[in-house]
Amino acid sequence: MRVLGRLLVAAYGLAVYAFIFLPVVVLVLFSLQATSFPIPPFTGPSLRWYEAVLGDARLTSALVNSVLVAIVSSALAVALGFLAAWGFARYHLPRAALLRGLITLPLTVSYLIIGMGILILFNAAGIPKSLAAAGIGHVVINLPLCFAIIYSQMGDNQVNLERAARDLGATEWKVLFLVSVPVMWPAIFASFFLSMTFSWDEFVISFLLTRFDTTLPVEIWNLLRSGLNPRTNAIGSLVFGVSVVLAILFELILLRRNRA
Amino acid sequence: MAVLSFMQHDGDGSASLDNYRQFFDNPSYWRAMVNSLEVTLAVTAISVLLAYPFAWILAEVMPLRLQRLALMLAVLPFWTSYVVRSYSWLLVLSENGVVNKALTGSGLLADPIQLANSRAGTVIGFVHFFVMLLTLTIFANLKQLSPSYRKAAADLGAGPLRTFLHVILPLTLPGIMVGAFLTFVLCIGDYITPQILGGNNELLMPQLIMMQIGRRGDFPLASALAIILMVVVTIAYLFCARWLKLERS
Repeated sequence: MRVLGRLLVAAYGLAVYAFIFLPVVVLVLFSLQATSFPIPPFTGPSLRWYEAVLGDARLTSALVNSVLVAIVSSALAVALGFLAAWGFARYHLPRAALLRGLITLPLTVSYLIIGMGILILFNAAGIPKSLAAAGIGHVVINLPLCFAIIYSQMGDNQVNLERAARDLGATEWKVLFLVSVPVMWPAIFASFFLSMTFSWDEFVISFLLTRFDTTLPVEIWNLLRSGLNPRTNAIGSLVFGVSVVLAILFELILLRRNRA
Repeated sequence: MAVLSFMQHDGDGSASLDNYRQFFDNPSYWRAMVNSLEVTLAVTAISVLLAYPFAWILAEVMPLRLQRLALMLAVLPFWTSYVVRSYSWLLVLSENGVVNKALTGSGLLADPIQLANSRAGTVIGFVHFFVMLLTLTIFANLKQLSPSYRKAAADLGAGPLRTFLHVILPLTLPGIMVGAFLTFVLCIGDYITPQILGGNNELLMPQLIMMQIGRRGDFPLASALAIILMVVVTIAYLFCARWLKLERS
């Protein structure tokens, strides 16, 4: 009975893992397909689709765009989120709870609706669709997150540190950049990294707000119109590989920090 | 900026009530809402049912030092881009895809079944992601439970089943509800998965909204539909919040 139970538990665990991994395994396997349909039977391995993808100027420029948008928009979101959190934590603002609620509100709204809201706003203001517009969209979705993470990490002991710095004659700016920012570094780093991944992966807002120069998810979406295509497998596998390497790096940095 | 985009957006929707009337008058719009709710509720229920035992295995059966690794492994496939993940499911589920080839090849099925371009495809694609998400929230909740609860229940003479039903399950309900609410919100507002895996046979709300923007450029109607969607999410939130509070007291 016990053995049977253990067996069932193991089988269930493995089944869920299999379900979770199935699409990625299929994706990577058929990116190595030698013929031009990514369906069984497997004819590879061959790297020809990777060559095709890396030689495709549209895809590589979309890749560069994606990295650029991710870095710039995340930096902006973190900076604004940090300043907002700092303001809320250090000063008594009128109706602080309401304002905090308003900042975190967009977290519950679908990206599609946010993207549409920005599109309508920009149309009314006469701002054309562009990569920068998509970047602003990413700041909008990531700012609440950065704010929430950084705000949750601001405690009272940091207030004491700042007071000490002020007593020792530091100006407000010095306190902010030489004390508050270094002390909050882990939270800042975590929110920057999270923002990067969200921006990197975001599709709907970029889709709505860019026109010709676009980000990688949108370019992949355009590839999908041609149906099942090993090119899509190859680019998808590449993105997957890069993301996994980044995730492992992040994990290692965090681990080292925890140990230190 | 965030606040401004909403206000603008709000003003746009409420400026013309006609759009709302259109939603209630046009049965195909209604249909999209009903489809959305059906798919979302099905996804939420299936995901919770699949994720709970899995989270329990990770938290209780798995040796402690392997747990972190096991969780990381479970999250690993989600580092692909979202669009790519849906596309991968298309590969798996399509008529000539891996699943159908395996089923027909092994003689289990005579003809391939239609999985992609159907509601089943959408649900499978969603469940894939949300099983992971719910596993994380439920896992976190299970880990917070002190083992003394179980001991106390055992001391009072409860069997494993009764302990689970009357002690563990109620105590992990907040985690389940938080995860389920997240699932509901993310699922009902998502455009990518239904568009790639569901095909055009039946529309969900986000697809309908996107259609108003893309093909017809009808922003006011799209806004009205978006607001209706947000109202539904808010109702779900109120429902969950009230329920959670009741459980706590």
